[in-house]
Amino acid sequence: MTEGLAGALWGWPPPVLDPAGPYADSVTVLAWALFAMGVVVTGIVVAALWVALRGPERWRRVLGGEKAVWIGGVAFPGVVLTVLLIWGLTLTASLTKPITGDEMRIRVTGEMWWFRVEYLDAAGNVVMRDANEVRIPVGVPVVFELRSADVLHSFWIPHLSGKLDMVPGRTNLLRAEATRTGQFGGVCAEYCGGPHALMGFVAIAKEPEEWQRWFDARVAADSVQPLAAVSTTNPQLAQGRELFMENGCAACHRVAGTQANGLAGPDLTFMGDRATVGAGILPNHRGTLTGWIGDSQGIKPGNRMPSYDRLSAQQLDAIAAWLGQLK
Amino acid sequence: MGVLTACKPPAQTRQHDDAAAQKRGLKLMETKGCGACHEIPGLNWPRGQLGPSLMRFNDTGLIAGYLPNTPVNLAAFIRNAPATKPGSTMPAMPVTVSEAVDMAAYLQGGGRD
Ligand code: HEC
Ligand SMILES: [Cu+2]
Repeated sequence: MTEGLAGALWGWPPPVLDPAGPYADSVTVLAWALFAMGVVVTGIVVAALWVALRGPERWRRVLGGEKAVWIGGVAFPGVVLTVLLIWGLTLTASLTKPITGDEMRIRVTGEMWWFRVEYLDAAGNVVMRDANEVRIPVGVPVVFELRSADVLHSFWIPHLSGKLDMVPGRTNLLRAEATRTGQFGGVCAEYCGGPHALMGFVAIAKEPEEWQRWFDARVAADSVQPLAAVSTTNPQLAQGRELFMENGCAACHRVAGTQANGLAGPDLTFMGDRATVGAGILPNHRGTLTGWIGDSQGIKPGNRMPSYDRLSAQQLDAIAAWLGQLK
Repeated sequence: MGVLTACKPPAQTRQHDDAAAQKRGLKLMETKGCGACHEIPGLNWPRGQLGPSLMRFNDTGLIAGYLPNTPVNLAAFIRNAPATKPGSTMPAMPVTVSEAVDMAAYLQGGGRD
């Protein structure tokens, strides 16, 4: 059960100190090392302050001398910071290593205020589309190709890797790997305007065989989604589908196998299979879907989808029912 | 209105004053996303407007204007509104019986704040 963004950032230990893979491990080690350095330096400063105010005359003279300034103010920080910088950069260099061969590739594009997700094959062709969720096999390093469609965003799954900016006009590579199964929260970590604080996603790590079965089924469905036919037998689902096509949803959203091919909003081909609604912020079920469609502006003020408050509760429910069975 | 209030069961039949249950209830309403459609006491976000506000629910006589506001009725309605009140547009929720009981306890606990 997901708790959306709350699950991503709350709880103890905080996700930053609870690594679930080798790339996050190195970030955690670095974080603790910096914290330890901070403690040591604070200790030295406090001790020096004490000496300056209360210490014996002889010590105070040493502390106030030119030599102390050269050693404590220039040499010490110079050496320590240089060593820390080099060590930190080597420790985390593996996170942004370029693609070398047949790594698994997922392209994630930051959009105001959600994440477009595309699974790529080795040649870089898109084989499956999704949004606000990435699923990865356990024990396999994944390369995220990070882009932005508008402004600066930042991609961060604290449990699995470091954070990296999504820069318009560039592709930044970030590696991540999970060593245990589970659902890990992710967020946009760079202020990007309006509802930035409500821009998240989830990363779900599955056993490799299970993941492969899921992925193959998805790839097959994404090209020839048979859903369009499936849903017409049930009158409520048929109504939901019709309302979706008639009310402009199809102009902004894509549902494979139907005439809905909009690109302005998240791909909804597998909406019923997604853990969250509204870019990681609410758990996904019939109720939250209905609430989102009818009142997305109330839930996520300023987002780019209009509230459909002019539809009746019964109509909203029908659309939610149809979207909920798209898997 | 007089009729409605008359339907409100006397206080002693509501045995939900268990503070722990109420606390669980609020947490559940948050994690299940009830706020997507309802304004809920103690929840700052979201404060959905699509469904009725649930502030001061303890003072409500009838659930959805239909059923007496008892713990059992409320828990049943939270789990599966359309089955409890035919035609209700609140969908059935993915919650267990005990979760529904906790949420009912929270709503009937006077709202807390
Ligand atoms: C003007 C374009 C536009 C229209 C029209 C539109 N949407 Fe959206 N929709 C969006 C955008 C943009 C988002 C992402 C919002 C965000 O999270 O910031 C979105 C998000 C969603 C989501 C949540 C997806 C997720 O993964 O979180 C659902 C479900 C959805 N829309 C359904 C609908 C339905 C149903 C309709 C028609 C009744 C509709 N949309 C009409 C643009 C649109
Ligand atoms: Cu942002």
